[in-house]
Amino acid sequence: MAYEMTLITTMAISILFALSLNFISGFCGQISLGHAAFLGTGAYTSAMMTKADIPFLLTLPAAAITAAILGFVIGLTSLRVRHDFLAITTMGTGFLFVGLIRQQEFFGGEIGIAGIPSTGLGREGFMALCIGLAALFAIFSMAVRRSWMGFVFESIADNEDITRILGINASAYKLIAFVIGTATAGVAGALYAHHFRFIGPDSFGFVESVSVLAMVIVGGIGSTAGVIVAAAVMSVMPLLFQFIDDYKLLLYSALLFFMMRFSPDGLAGLCSRIYAKLRGQRT
Amino acid sequence: MNNVLDVKNVTVRFGGVTAVSNASFHVSKGDLLGFIGPNGAGKTTMMRVITGVVTAQEGSVHLEGKDLAGLSINQRIRSGLALAQQIVQPLREMNLLDNVALACGVSKTTNALKSMFLMDRTVERKRALELLGMVGLADSADAMPPTLPLGYLKRLEVARALALEPKLLLLDEPLAGLNQNEAKGLADLIKSLNENGQTILLIEHNLREVMRICPLLYVQDNGRSLAFGPAKEVMANEDVRRAYLGSVE
Repeated sequence: MAYEMTLITTMAISILFALSLNFISGFCGQISLGHAAFLGTGAYTSAMMTKADIPFLLTLPAAAITAAILGFVIGLTSLRVRHDFLAITTMGTGFLFVGLIRQQEFFGGEIGIAGIPSTGLGREGFMALCIGLAALFAIFSMAVRRSWMGFVFESIADNEDITRILGINASAYKLIAFVIGTATAGVAGALYAHHFRFIGPDSFGFVESVSVLAMVIVGGIGSTAGVIVAAAVMSVMPLLFQFIDDYKLLLYSALLFFMMRFSPDGLAGLCSRIYAKLRGQRT
Repeated sequence: MNNVLDVKNVTVRFGGVTAVSNASFHVSKGDLLGFIGPNGAGKTTMMRVITGVVTAQEGSVHLEGKDLAGLSINQRIRSGLALAQQIVQPLREMNLLDNVALACGVSKTTNALKSMFLMDRTVERKRALELLGMVGLADSADAMPPTLPLGYLKRLEVARALALEPKLLLLDEPLAGLNQNEAKGLADLIKSLNENGQTILLIEHNLREVMRICPLLYVQDNGRSLAFGPAKEVMANEDVRRAYLGSVE
């Protein structure tokens, strides 16, 4: 049972992390290739705080705030660069984060931080917290999607210039998307650190950023339900099958390629097309 | 003063090239002003000065007495401008109804955080349907933009701009790319909007339709103001005829 609980907790953390990227890239159209840096910011913040005997639950808002501050700064760059250039800028942020962590003894350098204290919630309690937070953010995401904020996000993702021509302050909306998305990634990072009880620079490298992007794209960029399914499946596959873990970057990149080629709107789009076809046949 | 738009002594230089030189004109409330000029006259540059995409080195642009200098494009739109662009740019992932509904509810988006708690789109969709009906697109409200011909998308641009309830509607070559019948239909629509009280600045190449619907003309050539006034008087102006025909008999 302990193993199943570990899998479910991993799944819930991955779902929360993937939904946080979906908020930025899926809803608002701002592609990020360095999202793991925000996961790492939250993880390091929370781990160092609990190691300094601060209760775990108090570290969650701190992780969110530090990641959100970094997210706000990166969000500012999104006001200057777009599309491929933004992807490259965010990728650079990811490399910068890992490079910085590696060089700082304060953060444990190459070795990372081991022996992260327990949350004190017990295995079941921690699992419930992870599931609860993932579910809460999923509900929040779906509500935002239906709101006027979601309407504007959709418009920015479609055509930012037109959004401005409609008199909408697109910059404010982009910054909000970055702050909410990265704060959530920070919370996911705090959970991640206390789930595995060890973090190192490699836990938040480019592979993680590509993996989470693959989850979002395979699920269907912008689709909360699709991203939940993709994140759930893709997060546990490397734990269940060793060869998937060994060839993670290769397999996830190939999956990204095939999805972009054959179903750019991901599993969500594929399912709705199949559903529409079946409905058409029935009528 | 009854002027909705006041453009005074605007000069724009790109490096060593002067695109607009000391140009002035105004649009009064209820006017339908045709803004014409041969290729390279600086029409698009002037439009970009008004919308804030290009900054003028000299001169000023006032909207109902308010200086627009330093305002971003979205701030200018909120001040009362609306723009229908020459190259149509619909929101391709939204149907026509939502394209217009978003513009109808732009006041709900002023405070980005507050917009998170606003869900209802019923009123905006109702108004959007009325506007689509006004431009003859009510039957296509559920259609997605990529499936529609250019003539429909040009009308969508107008409906979306009208949804902002602007003090001044800027139309940038709305007839470009349309066949004769489509151009006539859209020109009639522009005329009827003006007859219903909408102040319009129409930048256009299609001289025949401009002459048919615009009581007032402003002509620019090589970036300079050439003539401004009633359409017949302007077209009788020798400088204007020379600019268009090359010589005057």
